[in-house]
Order: sequence, then structure tokens, then C-alpha cells
Amino acid sequence: MKLVFEKSRPGHASVILPPLDVEKTELPESIGRQSALRLPELSETEVSRHYTELVHEVYGVNCGFYPLGSCTMKYNPRIDEETASLPSFTGAHPLAPAEAVKGCRKVLEEAASLLEEISGMDAMTFQPAAGAHGEFTGVLLIKQYHDARGDEKRRKIIVPDSAHGTNPATAAMCGYEVVNIASAPDGCVDLEALKNALGEDTAGLMLTNPNTVGLFDPNILEITRLVHEAGGLCYYDGANLNAIMGHVRPGDMGFDCVHMNLHKTFATPHGGGGPGAGAVGCKAFLAEYLPKSALMDGGGPIQVRGFAGNFLVVLKALTYILTLGREGIPQASETAVLNANYLMQGVKDVFKPAFDRICMHEFVLDLSDYKKETGVSALDVAKGLIDYGIHPPTMYFPLIVHEALMLEPTETESRETLDQVTEIFRKVREDGVREPEKLHTAPHSTVIGRPDEVAAARNPILKAQL
Amino acid sequence: MEHLEYQFSRSHEWVKEEDGLTIVGISDFAQNALGDVVFVNLPEVGDEVIAGEAFGDVESVKAVSDLVSPVTGTVAEVNEELLDSPELLNSDPYGSWIIKVENVTDTEDLLSAAAYEEYCETEA
Repeated sequence: MKLVFEKSRPGHASVILPPLDVEKTELPESIGRQSALRLPELSETEVSRHYTELVHEVYGVNCGFYPLGSCTMKYNPRIDEETASLPSFTGAHPLAPAEAVKGCRKVLEEAASLLEEISGMDAMTFQPAAGAHGEFTGVLLIKQYHDARGDEKRRKIIVPDSAHGTNPATAAMCGYEVVNIASAPDGCVDLEALKNALGEDTAGLMLTNPNTVGLFDPNILEITRLVHEAGGLCYYDGANLNAIMGHVRPGDMGFDCVHMNLHKTFATPHGGGGPGAGAVGCKAFLAEYLPKSALMDGGGPIQVRGFAGNFLVVLKALTYILTLGREGIPQASETAVLNANYLMQGVKDVFKPAFDRICMHEFVLDLSDYKKETGVSALDVAKGLIDYGIHPPTMYFPLIVHEALMLEPTETESRETLDQVTEIFRKVREDGVREPEKLHTAPHSTVIGRPDEVAAARNPILKAQL
Repeated sequence: MEHLEYQFSRSHEWVKEEDGLTIVGISDFAQNALGDVVFVNLPEVGDEVIAGEAFGDVESVKAVSDLVSPVTGTVAEVNEELLDSPELLNSDPYGSWIIKVENVTDTEDLLSAAAYEEYCETEA
């Protein structure tokens, strides 16, 4: 389809400006524009059709099955959007005097209290704008803790090789040296490798549990005990909280601080770059190091963003938690885990699971045998799924599984959908055996076929002459 | 079996001695597993590399992977051609060296070409 700039025709502009009601002034030449402002000119009908055309070219969770693992892409109930669009919230100004925004304060306090209960933490900040920002804030808590004690020899953060890539990046951003430890054959933390990595220079451990292959680490209490024994702190990456909320609490597993992706686990559509909210919780002994807004709270040790963070995302999370309630929250995670296991049982004789045991909210398929047999890769299969009308799962992650496809159906998919998906996986497998070439060039039914990812990465064209 | 003059690390780097320098690259198996390489992050001449630790990384369409040094020493030369043409690692992995190391004080336990071939069988 054409860009909005290509559709532009002089004089088609659809804005009727009100009459000027102030005295007209000319800008001095030194700061005036030297060339025309090249904004597209289209009528309102044309603008409306342009965006509708765009809608028809994308695929989202509202279009069909969307199983992106490791990054819960679940359906977000409409009621959460409705609450967030109430004018009394959208019209509130962050600089309004405290007595004028008591309702907003109440939302933050209420959300903090419920999330503390869910995570097993004692204090909370909503400043971080998303998950990686939350990790950064959480590891800064660990850093401040060691620094305040004068314990400056602690320079290393331990990260398992199955971790989300943001974990080592966060540790490096905070000035730490990253120690990567290999996973055990069962995909969980290798206790011996952990023991060898721990020492007087250990600042902490960053861990996701359930981990990125969708397995709950049965040694979690031993893991956090070992880290504490060595003098380090334990950071919980809450990316996979959707699997356990209402059942197990990071605080009870021995973690000292966590981030929760409110936009993943507790409603707010995401994946388009935000806004999100990476709420960070910590145990009482770290609370003094939490960020505070200089303008709202009179300042604290650190500030990672203005004011209270993305307030409306917190509001959506609060609405979600209150709507589901004490019974609904654990039921959501139970159903997420049940759906993942049901789908895994369905597809396990189509493609081999990387770890064939009860999984949590997501599981990983290993297509390396299938690739050897047919020459068809995980990428080809992912593209082939598109032709059957479903969104591909996450590919080539985690790195510890070759030819990986990671599926996370989430709690909102029905059994009928999961049965259909199983059937689609079976068909794509058969297509690859019968006509591998068809899968090498898939998808065939979309507006854009197979993009040349290599050319795009080697010779990116990042601007257009319009 | 080709490439008898090369030795290999278990993290799929090759090593060759030439003119008193230790030359390091990545194996054919490595480039094949990575897929099309689109970016290479290299150390600078004079940097210290440590056996078993990362000295740079390669980015393919699939993922970013560490380049692990098989030796401890000082970087004497860097193949800057790879910055503009990372695809050389795919098309000619044994001809495309990555770094040359001098003052080598320690070397990982390396595999012969034949032993490496067997090792790759089990990895694949």
C-alpha cells in the first residue's frame, strides 16, 4: 500500500482552522522555516480510509491465535481500557496539588498494596516505564545496598544462559560484570555451576522462574539460599509471572526485589513500543533505595522517570486485579498453565518438545530433527503457519534450544482454538515433508511475502525521500 | 577431513599458528549454526583476551553470540574487513580470520580437526 505521503495531494487538507483571535506576529527570519513544512494533505475520508487500510494489513490478538512466548501477549479486557479513559483520570495533571488528585493517589496506593501481596514484597515503585527499565531500577536497588555498606568488591551479577537478553544488558548498564552460567540438562539452574560462580565478588543473581523454557525451577529455595549465603541479593525477572500469580510469590521463593510487567500480566495492550509499566517491588530492607519523584514526594535516592510513571497503565492493572479478584487471579494463571500443557500434548507428536515434562505457561519445541529430515527450519515453519491464519510463535529463543519455537497460548484461548492450532501445526509439518520448497518461500497469502532479513540487516534503508 | 592445520575450541572457534601469532576464526559448523552473519563486534589492537572469555560478538539474523577466545594474550591484529563484509564469515569461514593474538600465555584444551568433527556430530 502507499504511504500517507504518497497519497497526499495539494489542497486536500481536511482541517478548517478557527479564525485568528489574537494579534498576528511574524517570526524573525533567523528562526523561521526556510522551506515548506511537508505534511501530507488528505481529506478526512482519505485519512480514514488510509488507517482502515493499515488495519487490514496487520495481525493482532483481536484477529486470531497469537502465541508469542516469553512475552505474554494476552487479550486485554475492554473494561480496563474503559477505566483508563475516564475523564477524571485522563484530565488529572501531575503538578496538581495533592488534595486535588486524591483519587489518583488512592489508585497508586491500592495497586501497590495488591501487587505487594501478589509478589510477596513490602514496598513498590511505579516509576519504571517497562520491563527492562524495571530491571535496571531493581538492580540499582542491589547496587545501592552494597554501596551503602561499603561492600565495593561485589562487582558481578550472575545470569543463567537461558535468561532474557535484557538481564545481562541490565547488569552491564548498572556497571556490573556479567557472569553467564550454563543451564543443567533439564533446562533449570545448574547448582554446581552456580556454586562455582558465587563468591565474595557476587553482587546478585538475576533469575526468571518459571524460566524461559517454561519450567519452574524445583531448586529455587536452594538457589536463593546459596546466593544469600555468599552475600549476594536475588532479583526476580517478573516476565513470566503470568504462570504463577496467585499461587507462588517471588518473595516466598527468597527473592529480594522484582519487577512486574503490568502491561503483560495485568492488562494493557503492548508490543507496539508502549506505554508499559515495570513496577518494581522489594523487601523492606531495600525500600529506602526505591526511586521517588522529586516533584511529587520531595525526592529520594534515585529517580528513573518523572512523576509516578505511566499512571494509566497502573490504573488498568488495578482494574484487572479487582475485576478478577482473589479467585480470578489464581484461576487465570492455572488456566494459562493448563492451556500450555494441553497444547503441548496436542503438538508433541507433531514436533518434539525440547523438555518433555509438565510445563508452566509456555513450552519450547525443538525442530532440529525435523530440519535434518526435511531441510525445513523453525523459521520456515513459523512462516508457514501464517498461511493458515495464525500468528507464528517466538522463534530461536531461548538460545539453549536449537531451531526453537516457543508457544504461550495464554489463559484466554478456548479448547476449540487450541484443537484447531494443533491441527494447523500438523498440516504445516506435512507440508514441509511433501513440499519443502513451499515452506522455504512462505508465507504466500500475505501482502508482504518473505522479507529478505539478511539484506535488511546488512543494508538497512532507514529513511525515505518523500 | 580438511583443515588439518586448524585446532578447535568447544565453542566452535578455530585456531592456527602462523608467524609466531595465534590466529582465531569461527568454524564452518559455527557459521552454519549462526546463519547469515550481519554484524561483527571486534576488539581493538592491544586489548587483552582471556581464554574462555568473550572477546567480541557476531550477530546473525537469529541471534547475537559471543566470540570466545581460545587463548590468553594480546590482540596484535584485527580483521577490519569483516566490519564492512561480515558475510565473509559465512562464505569463507576458514579464510576469514577474526583476530591475531601475540604474547600467548595460556591456551584452552583444544580439539584436533578429527576430534572436532566428532564433537560436532554430537552437538548437531
